[in-house]
Amino acid sequence: MSASSAFNDEKGGSSSVGEPEYGHDPASGGIFSSDYKRHDDLKEMLDSNKDSLKLEAMKRIVAMIARGKNASDLFPAVVKNVACKNIEVKKLVYVYLVRYAEEQQDLALLSISTFQRGLKDPNQLIRASALRVLSSIRVTIIVPIMMLAIKEAASDMSPYVRKTAAHAIPKLYSLDPEQKDQLIEVIEKLLADKTTLVAGSVVMAFEEVCPERIDLIHKNYRKLCNLLIDVEEWGQVVIINMLTRYARTQFLNPNINESLLEEGGGGEKTFYGSDEDEDEDEEEKEKKAEVAAMAKRKPYVMDPDHRLLLRNTKPLLQSRNAAVVMAVAQLYFHLAPKAEVGVIAKALVRLLRSHSEVQYVVLQNVATMTIKRRGMFEPYLKSFYIRSTDPTQIKVLKLEVLTNLANETNISTILREFQTYIKSMDKDFVAATIQAIGRCATNIGEVRDTCLNGLVQLLSNRDELVVAESVVVIKKLLQMQPEKHSDIIKHMAKLTDNIQVPMARASILWLIGEYCEHVPKIAPDVLRKMAKSFTNEEDIVKLQIINLAAKLYLTNSKQTKLLTQYVLNLAKYDQNYDIRDRARFIRQLIVPTEKSGALSKYAKKLFLALKPAPVLESPFKDRDHFQLGSLSHLLNAKAGGYQELPDWPEAAPDPSVRNVEVKESVPEWTKCSSREKRKEKKVEKPFYSDSEGESGPTESADSESDSASGSESGSGSEESGSGSESEESEEGSESEEEEEEEEEKDKKKKKKELKKPVPETESEQSSEEEDRKIKRKSKQRKSDSESESDEDEESESESSQSESEDSESEIEVKKKKKTAEMKPPSKPVKKETKKEKKEMSLLDLDDFEPAPSPQVTPVNTFLSNSLVTDLEGLSLSDSVLSPATIAPSSVLKNYELLHRITGEGLSVEYCFSRQPFSPDANMVAVQMQFTNSATSDTKNLHMEDVKLQSGMRVKEFPEIELLSAGETAMAVMGIDFCDSTQAANFQLCTHTRKFFVSIQPPVGELMRPIFLTENEFKKEQEKLLQNLGQLMGMNEITEKLTLDAKCRNEHAIVQRVTTAANLSRVPCGSDKECSPPVPPPDHPVYRFAGRTVTSSSLVLVTVATKEEGAAQLTVNCEKMVIGTMLVKDILLALTQ
Amino acid sequence: MIHSLFLVNASGDIFLEKHWKSVVSRSVCDYFFEAQERATEPENVPPVIPTPHHYLISVLRHRIYFVAVIQSEVPPLFVIEFLHRVVDTFQDYFGVCTEAAIKDNVVVVYELLEEMLDNGFPLATESNILKELIKPPTILRTMVNTITGSTNVGEQLPTGQLSVVPWRRTGVKYTNNEAYFDVVEEIDAIIDKSGSTITAEIQGVIDACVKLTGMPDLTLSFMNPRLLDDVSFHPCVRFKRWEAERILSFIPPDGNFRLLSYHVSSQNLVAIPVYVKHNITFREGSSQGRFDLTLGPKQTMGKAVESVLVSSQLPRGVLNANLNPSQGTYTFDPVTKLLSWDVGKINPQKLPSLKGTMSLQAGASKPDENPTINIQFKIQQMAISGLKVNRLDMYGEKYKPFKGIKYMTKAGKFQRCVWIAGSDRYYTNRASLIIVTS
Repeated sequence: MSASSAFNDEKGGSSSVGEPEYGHDPASGGIFSSDYKRHDDLKEMLDSNKDSLKLEAMKRIVAMIARGKNASDLFPAVVKNVACKNIEVKKLVYVYLVRYAEEQQDLALLSISTFQRGLKDPNQLIRASALRVLSSIRVTIIVPIMMLAIKEAASDMSPYVRKTAAHAIPKLYSLDPEQKDQLIEVIEKLLADKTTLVAGSVVMAFEEVCPERIDLIHKNYRKLCNLLIDVEEWGQVVIINMLTRYARTQFLNPNINESLLEEGGGGEKTFYGSDEDEDEDEEEKEKKAEVAAMAKRKPYVMDPDHRLLLRNTKPLLQSRNAAVVMAVAQLYFHLAPKAEVGVIAKALVRLLRSHSEVQYVVLQNVATMTIKRRGMFEPYLKSFYIRSTDPTQIKVLKLEVLTNLANETNISTILREFQTYIKSMDKDFVAATIQAIGRCATNIGEVRDTCLNGLVQLLSNRDELVVAESVVVIKKLLQMQPEKHSDIIKHMAKLTDNIQVPMARASILWLIGEYCEHVPKIAPDVLRKMAKSFTNEEDIVKLQIINLAAKLYLTNSKQTKLLTQYVLNLAKYDQNYDIRDRARFIRQLIVPTEKSGALSKYAKKLFLALKPAPVLESPFKDRDHFQLGSLSHLLNAKAGGYQELPDWPEAAPDPSVRNVEVKESVPEWTKCSSREKRKEKKVEKPFYSDSEGESGPTESADSESDSASGSESGSGSEESGSGSESEESEEGSESEEEEEEEEEKDKKKKKKELKKPVPETESEQSSEEEDRKIKRKSKQRKSDSESESDEDEESESESSQSESEDSESEIEVKKKKKTAEMKPPSKPVKKETKKEKKEMSLLDLDDFEPAPSPQVTPVNTFLSNSLVTDLEGLSLSDSVLSPATIAPSSVLKNYELLHRITGEGLSVEYCFSRQPFSPDANMVAVQMQFTNSATSDTKNLHMEDVKLQSGMRVKEFPEIELLSAGETAMAVMGIDFCDSTQAANFQLCTHTRKFFVSIQPPVGELMRPIFLTENEFKKEQEKLLQNLGQLMGMNEITEKLTLDAKCRNEHAIVQRVTTAANLSRVPCGSDKECSPPVPPPDHPVYRFAGRTVTSSSLVLVTVATKEEGAAQLTVNCEKMVIGTMLVKDILLALTQ
Repeated sequence: MIHSLFLVNASGDIFLEKHWKSVVSRSVCDYFFEAQERATEPENVPPVIPTPHHYLISVLRHRIYFVAVIQSEVPPLFVIEFLHRVVDTFQDYFGVCTEAAIKDNVVVVYELLEEMLDNGFPLATESNILKELIKPPTILRTMVNTITGSTNVGEQLPTGQLSVVPWRRTGVKYTNNEAYFDVVEEIDAIIDKSGSTITAEIQGVIDACVKLTGMPDLTLSFMNPRLLDDVSFHPCVRFKRWEAERILSFIPPDGNFRLLSYHVSSQNLVAIPVYVKHNITFREGSSQGRFDLTLGPKQTMGKAVESVLVSSQLPRGVLNANLNPSQGTYTFDPVTKLLSWDVGKINPQKLPSLKGTMSLQAGASKPDENPTINIQFKIQQMAISGLKVNRLDMYGEKYKPFKGIKYMTKAGKFQRCVWIAGSDRYYTNRASLIIVTS
């Protein structure tokens, strides 16, 4: 009766809602008040011969079941109606039966004969539903009947019944696992089914019953791949997950041998900038290694079946179903070559727009991915910015992703984001943000000090939680370099008076104890205060107080002996046994008595041992050993029934296995290509089957992404693909036939594929051969032109260094020659700065024709150093200021863009000319020098396919139409680096070849000099320091240094700084007028100023010299990263 | 896969349970309630909760938790996506998906759940097939059923599951053949305190309502398909055709469905349609703060900004707000500190503003955190990305359908950083501005 009273209560509570089962029949509601009676009434209704009454009764019973009320006593009355004619009554009876059959096994048997009859019904839907209910009744006695029914249904004409059979398999398996072997036979049979309707369900059954029997898949692999796109969404998920596992056992790791792939991958490999940096380097290295290892290495060739899987799953990234997208994403993550994984990023980012639960799961997976493949998500950084409306768990995950994505280039934007987060009202989130800042600081050395400064600022925050969290993080950071930060430790020592959060107090005490040598005066005082409040502290704090006391006793026993003993005595009588134990242990260890053994000698070593700094790691590290997207991955623990993702086969997969598979699949395909069978399949085929006709179009679509397979997709027969494409939309027999034909073509082709060594292999091999040829050629050429090029090199190097007068003249001559040669092909160019013009004109007169194109000027790289200084001397005369005010006074450094050997005779060097780039002031001018040392002419030199980080722009240099053998040409391009040191990547194209090159600027080239007086300089510096940013102190970076012995005079310092960065000296002459206290002449201060090219942020550099070559370098810049990098560069320049 | 499903309402009562395999005791939900208690906000309950023998995967929709019980490894998104599909189906059937609606239609709900899952594996989730199996309740049908005793369940055997076009039933007939498409775009943006955009992107969907006889085959083409950066389709869209020609070619489902959702590439600059001017100050030592907020339209191509709703989470220290709106009405909840201002339509000639004072707790120090501002609004007849449908063609049927296309701009997550100016310090924080149109 308790149930009934509960029911009545509930009814009372929700009276406005109304009890659903009374909704149709208000009369029946109030009459029966007790459970018993009501059931009686229900029985009566069920026994009546009116369908409407039966229906009413069943509805009420179902409503009871839905609410979790027990209705099992009605079983006999209900089961009688299983043969009822009324469909709805029947359905509801089924619902009841499935729910209670397990409890009333004997009675349930009464219904079986009805279902058995149903299994023979001519209507496929009735057959299917009979099988469905029969298999859902969990009664062990009927296992043989179920087995028989399933076997029969598995060979039913109707695919729908076969699907139901597939569904029934796991039901029977869970009821009686002993049937496994027989069920596997059925699964094997159904796996061979060619309809999309069955595919998903049977793979599901496979996964539940025999996931280890991966061998069953061999024969059906290609069919599953091809059907995939037409399978319903849920089936797709299951199939993709299963195929991921399959592929892991059957194919080679595509990333084993990345260099070749990257060469093969051609156009798309450089999809994301940052990846590219690595790649480029790798490529360089590997190219060298390649020459040596060429003969040895067996190139990786992707199995065509592997490719098939990747190609056929890719369109599913566009699915509306998040689970499908995730399944494809994990498949790509686990199986695709590194260069192709990038495609999933966009789709995953799209899922972030979905429900928060979806976001939660996707972000967890993205977090794992970002650790392995950061470059993939970098372009979508902003999609992970946190919104105040996000739930906390999403915020924390986004924070995790942002932290994983942080690197030198984006850290300043990320930190700025973090600053805003710190002010959030969500305190858990603020704490997480502070930890994230800590992790950024440990991972990226350049911003460590900045972050630390910022965190120290937070110590004065009013929110205690914020302060506490900061303390904990600062503690970790300080552990990395404690000697530099004793003032921070002091500051934190003061906090003990106010801060109450135990963890923070404990952290402070630990810090003081650990580094008590750095704060010898404060530490004992802290201990004194703590001893006073000892009894009121939390346990964790007490332990640290004891620790602190012990450490102080060991280092400074004179002052702290009594205090330590006092603390230990207090601890001795503490309520917590841990604390009592600790006190006893420590007393024995540190206070020497006759009993204390040898150990106390080592007490100091024990307590004050150097402790390694904690490594702040992402909790998502190494999670990728779980299959992404799985429940186990999400929980980071193996869930029941989780199938491990196997490791790639070590060596090349056993060729015999591959052969077997090929052999097996050949008959499969030949079978299919016989016409009748195809027709039969056609009938069952859902509508225009994309998947069938697809091989053509997909392949061609794919050829973009996979240049290796280019030859395959290019092979004429595919042309028909696009033709039939349009016909596809029209329905009817015609198109079907057409499709068939096409398919057959496809089949034939496939057969060919199988007979011949796979085309992909061919193409790759051929491309490799080409490479080899090229290499051979270049070698020959090299030996031919060895002497010549050597000369070239020499002279070039001389030209850049040239110190002697005669080499200069030599160059002069050479230059004349070169410019003379250069004139016809390259459009001559003009230069701009007034000063430069003046200087140049001295030389120009005989060397340069006045340039017709107003484009840009290459600075004359051949200007020898001495010449420059000479010219400086000239300009001195008209400048009152010190010579150093002229900015680009030093040698321009040449960088290599394309080496002669890689470029097959074409070599390209570039330098940052430090000239304003006239077409766009926000661009950095890069002057390139092309030298053709090959024996043939190079035509149509131009650039293509520029790949840039977002925001960056490039102004291409004008095409050089002809560069004859042995000639040299110059061109200037402009690049807007967006104030980052990200490389600009592009292809340098000649009429025959394309070369991937990249230009990465040193940070010093991202600025242009500006003229400031000393007063202005100081004002600007003030302004920067008082900026409104939350994390103050981020704008200034100071370093102490010792100047190099050769670099202690004014000239040397100025020159080295201006070489390292494109800055102009702030005249010190004005100093005297403005500030009365003239600095002592032997310790001058040098100031330099500039602005970044893109955002015009001020860059202020101060070098203050002190005694004996000591100096202090201060850089002020709003752009934190630029500042830190600049400090590094200048430091290097001044100390070497 | 999915073992059982429990529906839990906001007050923590289980009001519906359904089991697909053997029965799992409802006490398993205790783990869920524990997690619910731990979470401060309803949406902070972790979607996946491990228990000793089961895993609970839940979604929260319409203040109802749908808690699925899982026994072994399954992709969590699979379950989550399915649960959302269940909710969508309920919404489709009952108009709303509330506790009351579910309780009222408990039998239909049960029948639906029975059809959607078989042994825990999704069976029929297409609304077209489901509607053939189980007729959605309408007032008329309910009345007829009551009188005549007929049923909700389809009389004849459904054929949808056997159809070659699984999302469309055969034999559809309409007297008026119509196809309507709604292009709805949402702007997501974060704008920093100085008013410059940190990030802005446009997400859009094309929702369709197609009521066409027979088996029509439609193609929809755009004037500027290159705008679409990332797309996801209803399964009916032929992917190959899109890849090759940027044309949407499909046999539509019958009735309402989402044809396409897309993302407009971030390279295109997003024109932000509204601006906010704000001046919020607290003076140290005084218990008064000033609040001043003005809205204005910006780049709306002459279209009116309607249904503007501003809401803001004021700092906890604020006791009350005494404000004066130039139009519309505002409310301030002193408990949750939520300020909301129903602005209505923005008149460009007379910009709406909300000015006044806030009172702080006496003696309390100036609030540390900043208020957040949410704004919702609608703009009709404009797709902010500039996406334009070129034409809609129908093949396969003889009649001439009536076609209609509607554009809308709707802002999703739109945030703006706000400065609170104090007497001595500036605070920066992020507030959010949510713009919605329909």
